[in-house]
Amino acid sequence: MPVLDSTLDTRSEAYKENRDGMLKMLAALDELHEEVAMGGGEEAMARLRSRDKMPIRERIALVLDQDSPFLEISPLAAWRSNFNVGSGFVVGLGVIEGTECLILGHDPSVRAGAFNQFNAKKLMRGLEIARVNRLPYVQFVESAGADLRGQGNDDPEAAIRREGGHFAESGRLFYEITELSKMRIPTISVVFGASTAGGAYQPGMSDYNIFIKNQSKVFLGGVALTKMATGEDADEESLGGADMHTRTSGLGDYLAEDELDGIRICREVVSHLNWRKQGPGPSLPIDEPLYDQEELLGLVNEDLRVPFDIRDVIARTVDGSRFEEFKPLYGLTLVTGWASIHGYPIGIIGNNGPLMSESSEKAAQFIQLCNQIDVPILFLHNITGYIVGTDFEQGGITKNGSKMINAVANSTVPHISIIVGASYGAGNYGMSGRAYGTRFTYIWPTAKIAVMGPKQMAGVMSIVQRAAAERRGIEFDEEADAKRAGIAEHWAEERSKGLFATSRVSDDGMIDPRDTRTVIAISLSICHNQDVAGTKEFGTWRM
Amino acid sequence: MADVKVGPISRLLIANRGEIARRIIRTAHEMGIATVAIYADGDANAPFVREADSAVALSGVSSAETYLDVDKVLAACKSTGADAVHPGYGFLSENAAFAQAVMDAGMRWVGPSPEAISAMGDKLSAKRLMQEAEVPTLPAQELAAGADVAAAAREIGYPVLVKASAGGGGRGMRVVEDEADLADAVDGARREAGAAFGDDTLFLERWLTSSRHVEIQILGDQHGNLVHLFERECSIQRRHQKIIEEAPSPAVDDELRAQMGAAALSAARKLGYASAGTVEFLLDGREFWFLEVNTRLQVEHPVTEEITGLDLVREQLRIAEGEALGYGQDDLSIDGHAIEARLYAEDPGNDFLPAPGTVIAWRPDTATNARFDSGIEAGSEIGLQFDPMIAKVIVKAQSRQEAARRLARVLENTRLQGITNNRDFLVAALREPAFIQGDTTTDFIERVDPGRKREISTEALHHALIAAVIHAQAQRRAGARVLGSIASGWRNSIMPPQMTAFKHGGEEITVTYRARRNGGFDVSVGDTDYAVSVFADGADDTDLEINGRRVSQSLTADVDRWLVHGAGGDIEFEELPRFPVAGGAEFAGGLVAPMPGNVTATHVAEGDRVEEGQLLLILEAMKMEHRITAPIAGTVSQMRAAVGDQVDNGELLVVLEEEA
Repeated sequence: MPVLDSTLDTRSEAYKENRDGMLKMLAALDELHEEVAMGGGEEAMARLRSRDKMPIRERIALVLDQDSPFLEISPLAAWRSNFNVGSGFVVGLGVIEGTECLILGHDPSVRAGAFNQFNAKKLMRGLEIARVNRLPYVQFVESAGADLRGQGNDDPEAAIRREGGHFAESGRLFYEITELSKMRIPTISVVFGASTAGGAYQPGMSDYNIFIKNQSKVFLGGVALTKMATGEDADEESLGGADMHTRTSGLGDYLAEDELDGIRICREVVSHLNWRKQGPGPSLPIDEPLYDQEELLGLVNEDLRVPFDIRDVIARTVDGSRFEEFKPLYGLTLVTGWASIHGYPIGIIGNNGPLMSESSEKAAQFIQLCNQIDVPILFLHNITGYIVGTDFEQGGITKNGSKMINAVANSTVPHISIIVGASYGAGNYGMSGRAYGTRFTYIWPTAKIAVMGPKQMAGVMSIVQRAAAERRGIEFDEEADAKRAGIAEHWAEERSKGLFATSRVSDDGMIDPRDTRTVIAISLSICHNQDVAGTKEFGTWRM
Repeated sequence: MADVKVGPISRLLIANRGEIARRIIRTAHEMGIATVAIYADGDANAPFVREADSAVALSGVSSAETYLDVDKVLAACKSTGADAVHPGYGFLSENAAFAQAVMDAGMRWVGPSPEAISAMGDKLSAKRLMQEAEVPTLPAQELAAGADVAAAAREIGYPVLVKASAGGGGRGMRVVEDEADLADAVDGARREAGAAFGDDTLFLERWLTSSRHVEIQILGDQHGNLVHLFERECSIQRRHQKIIEEAPSPAVDDELRAQMGAAALSAARKLGYASAGTVEFLLDGREFWFLEVNTRLQVEHPVTEEITGLDLVREQLRIAEGEALGYGQDDLSIDGHAIEARLYAEDPGNDFLPAPGTVIAWRPDTATNARFDSGIEAGSEIGLQFDPMIAKVIVKAQSRQEAARRLARVLENTRLQGITNNRDFLVAALREPAFIQGDTTTDFIERVDPGRKREISTEALHHALIAAVIHAQAQRRAGARVLGSIASGWRNSIMPPQMTAFKHGGEEITVTYRARRNGGFDVSVGDTDYAVSVFADGADDTDLEINGRRVSQSLTADVDRWLVHGAGGDIEFEELPRFPVAGGAEFAGGLVAPMPGNVTATHVAEGDRVEEGQLLLILEAMKMEHRITAPIAGTVSQMRAAVGDQVDNGELLVVLEEEA
């Protein structure tokens, strides 16, 4: 297989500028991660320790095989919200007794492990990952129930107006836990503390429950509710203690001496699952890229108008920088080809400019080829969208772009998306955006995701309003327009920022560009727990 | 001696085991002689069995069932067509009847005549013979059955040595300082002698507390030629067994050497001695007394080989073939100084008690051409049945001081792990100013008291712990079933570091570490932080840079034990499990077996009141008796051991309840 020849000039001013900018962003991220790791803060952590309880990250570190990797999903969820950054849950992909698992843990230091809209989304995403990739599901439960903050604490009327959901839609998580079980994907709960009401169904719906002596408490109604409902004066241990549940009710399967013992038992349970991955193992040589992955820091400018060659990313991501390019002379704004990452064969689709008719058709063909031979696809996003303009419309750009989206939507091999720069509009869809059944989506700190670029958005609004004013014969207020456009651009910019996207759990996390190869490799390995099989069935091709 | 068969040997059976069997095989092969090994069940995997051209299983466990079983050994000779037998040392080497049987079967006996053996075998008659040859001897008294032991001891004067007439190797020997201890010592020696030699005849001899053990190597051929190969000094002893030997002796000058040599040769002449042998003396100042003659090759023969350039096994074989020595006394001279140290599986911290076990790691330091005579290899088990010697390490240098310095270094740099051993002690002894000054007497160990265990510096310990975690993580990564190619402990968020807890010298030490992006590690040992770069991490060694210091170490994980060897010598520590399994607490008041062995006597029963220091039972292990005594006054609440029980190391024997 040919080896890529990267032309990135690591001594150029542009490289240095890009690198400095990226390192600044990474330093800011480090600070956020520090905040996330502190959970509910120093005081809450100290309180936890005083009760001989471990912080959630220690619990997870202990359940993992020593030295094995842990890929946390959406660690920066709930940034710039009314909730703690990190959201109070830790979700990640880890290895327990040689078995890749989806691990979810409530952080008892954050609002006693309560649910909120962010961690609920993270939890549902965790269940989805377990389901589509066929991963044993391990949850460390300790939850006070729903966290009601952030709902109407300022202006109740405004809050209710913003509200687009309803309680009646909730509870899907229990459905999904049992669905995993039905799909022969084992579910394991270790109950580290109180898990009341709805929380009781987390173990209730699990295949294996490990309770910790004098610590786990599971009941539909607590002591107070029981008193209110029936007048009974119950004590917590008889009502829902670990001893009671493992000896009397049968809700618990294993009684652990303490947290460490509970984690040990959890590992033992996983070790007996007889887990066999259904996809093939890595089949190609695993060698590092010829180019230093460190150099990925200097590739992309914060100003996404500065172009770069997506092959420079590929050269620093794939085994031995080997890349067999498909259709290198056709549809030049899109790079397609074959490579491997940590031994897993992969097809790569990367943007080198806007999507044109030729590049869209090239993508549709390439996606079919990958499906023909059961090879997963990596999408490297730097896409401002499909090309617009009379000539292009007449040349069938909508029709050809639809072919690409048809292929992406119906493809059944695993898709992994890395958004390194822009991912705007339908370009995001065509490149297998979040909504397209993509197995994993990660973004670089430089990523921007929106319906279009913020400047374009502000400009478009201005033009539309100018046209409306003209239609109505009103004089157009240039000053007000400029102000409005400025505000619109600012907020569009804020909303399009990668950090905002990742905080809303609309991807699986923002990654350090130097980790790109590792993150893809872990994700690919995870995907291979499920059978990797392409399809011949696509929607009708508009010809 | 008329019927002694001579002529070239073509197939030599070695009636021995371990290092001496290997030693003899080496020379025999060099001389073009085929070799036959014999082996007990426990030695089936020993190197000497593989190295011999052929080997015969003796199908048995104990010495008596194997290497001491004359019929089995002779049958092995016959079935393999051996035409000569080398007995090595110990076992049948000084058994005149066996020597005779070998000769009667038409084979060459590589050793002195049966007559010479039996004349010297009985230590009492040997003394009488020496007196006739006008060799000075120490006052002694035989202990006939019913003899007044106390009176005999008084006549000789305290301290006295209780000694087995048929003895050797320190067995059946007791020094008695005080009449109160005499009866016990005599009983013990009698039991030990009876068990070890099948003959419990004892005698008392004057004990010189602070003298030197100096012996003369003699060599005679079947043509009446006799020479001595100068002296060896073997004063450094524990349990009456030599552990450091050297040649020449720092206490012997040319004049004294000539005197002692002459005495030895007159003894040899009296015996018509025609092989290699050793005449042992005690030396005090310039005065010396005959101790005994060993009619065989000595364990410590290599030091003589080193200074004379002769191969004593080769000389023995040539003599047995009927060849003449071909050189005389004047042709021999001393070149340089040689010292031998014996590595034993024993615990210097516990009265040098044998410590059987498995040698997990063994890598002799041969960088400076030190000579290693050993019968073991990595994985060898040092059992209860035979001598717990691991290896003899011999160096030769131009001066004694240089030899001592080099031997200490070689011992320290030798990797010997997994088994309790006396290496640290040997190194300490060799570095004692008293040793270096040649102030070596048989009470050296008690008098000078060299360190039993090397102090391990915090730095060396930390380096070893770091090597262990780095090595272990690489092993775990390599063995990972999934995601094994991903960098060690990779994280995309802040998680606690990797952690391994260890135990060293009763102290728990937690090591935490995080992989860095560049392949290095940030490691904390307790409160000390280290930046670590990995230059190499092989199957059993690491080459690390730790806070700017380059550190190469070898290491082996043995279940939960880590055996690390670096510039500071060997370090051992325990890895604690990640998830402790709840276990029972120590049984307070319980006395456990200090080593595996047989219970040969019990002196108390359940319910007995005992005084502090009272004898509770006797455990026999490695042919030695160990007295289990009460550490406190109290009542025997449980007696778990009975006579004849085979007990394991750490097995509970007796439970005492302390008096309220």
